Amino acid sequence: MGLELYLDLLSQPCRAVYIFAKKNGIPFELRPVELLKGQHHSDAFAQVNPLRKVPALKDGDFTLAESVAILLYLSRKYEVPDHWYPQDLQARARVDEYLAWQHTALRSSCTRAMWQKMMFPVFLGEQVPPETLASTLAELDRCLQLLEDKFLKDQDFVAGPHISVADLVAITELMHPVSAGCQVFKSRPKLAAWRQRVEVEVGKDLFQEAHAAVMKVKDLPPADPATKEKLQPSVQVLLQ
Amino acid sequence: MGLELYLDLLSQPCRAVYIFAKKNGIPFKLCTTEVFKGQLQSKEFFQINMLRKIPVLKDGDFILTESSAILIYLSSKYQTADHWYPADLQARARVHEYLGWHADCIRGTFGVPLWTQVIAPLTGAHVPEEKVERNKTAMDRALQQLEDKFLGDQAFLTGQQMSLADLMAFEELMQPVAVGYDLFEGRPKLAAWRERVEAFLGSDLFQETHGPILNILEQAVNKKFPKPSPEVYPYILLRISRIP
Repeated sequence: MGLELYLDLLSQPCRAVYIFAKKNGIPFELRPVELLKGQHHSDAFAQVNPLRKVPALKDGDFTLAESVAILLYLSRKYEVPDHWYPQDLQARARVDEYLAWQHTALRSSCTRAMWQKMMFPVFLGEQVPPETLASTLAELDRCLQLLEDKFLKDQDFVAGPHISVADLVAITELMHPVSAGCQVFKSRPKLAAWRQRVEVEVGKDLFQEAHAAVMKVKDLPPADPATKEKLQPSVQVLLQ
Repeated sequence: MGLELYLDLLSQPCRAVYIFAKKNGIPFKLCTTEVFKGQLQSKEFFQINMLRKIPVLKDGDFILTESSAILIYLSSKYQTADHWYPADLQARARVHEYLGWHADCIRGTFGVPLWTQVIAPLTGAHVPEEKVERNKTAMDRALQQLEDKFLGDQAFLTGQQMSLADLMAFEELMQPVAVGYDLFEGRPKLAAWRERVEAFLGSDLFQETHGPILNILEQAVNKKFPKPSPEVYPYILLRISRIP
């Protein structure tokens, strides 16, 4: 059994892993794990990742969780072009710096924005207090400003002149609020230009393929009571 | 101008960086940047890091933020012993796997008791009891996962030897311990890991690094902890309001 990637393309980090593997021609078996059906809670999946989260990787007997760990493992094992995760000490540090920052900053606001604007009202039929949504969108805005000012600056890509895993992680995060109708790029020409560059590097077909599922989420019918009951407890935290 | 590290030893990620540099004999200038004296809010520090956060590394013109990035940079530049950040593909993946989970479940969780038990009372900010309880539950859950998923039957979190993961984890766990929470009670496996980490660091380095944080409760109780400077109040109130 070769490389297996357990993914749900509704999840931002799963999209980053998917795009990276496909772009680099890394052969893998896609093992879909449908989050909205609670499949990540199955006993079978717990064998792959006891933390019950996606993405997860299985390479022979070796299982691995956490998207950054997976991206870096794949980049080293499959000896992808250097720009994805550079050998140069300082260039790599820039990628590491972005990957660390985004995990506790941008990631959180992108997830919350998408859930509070779309998933709660549309899918779960749960109203979100306007102040909560406003505060989340303000936080998202703040993070986007930092993405522009501290990371992107006058560079072509987030960690320097060339595309890296940092850009894949960033773009897949930003597409989350986009899928909920947030105009992330409209008022930010710098970010919009960067997005174009990333799409060109990745390939528009692959980019669209990776985002097809999340862009259709707004058209999903409301969740049935059983699904609601399953999901409700774990998603309450996204209302804070 | 050599390596400069901007640190406040009251901060968990700063202590991880400090210990790593000291333990590995990496020469650096310690630029102490005290959070509660408002030094993150200064114009000078903004030039160092516009995010107004520590730790920060300055190596000539190269400025780097984020503790895990700093640790990886130092381990590579100074070619520290392999166990810190192993070259082996799978062993290294385990360190990154831990760091990813740490960002979600440890960071932001174990720092809370200092804010609720020491800083909030000092500044008159009120923290609802339910947040304190929720935080205790979150810490319990995280400690269980730390034991079950990461430590398991190993000596350290990502294998049989100490790595960057253990440093990051250890320093986070020291924060509530410093304000009187006995996280290790009823958790003999984790307590044994803690002892191994402390033994590895050595008592001198341990005392030197943890002096400020371990004194904080005593200072607070004896009303000797200086009241935070006015310019840092907005930051304090923001941090406290963000407690889930």
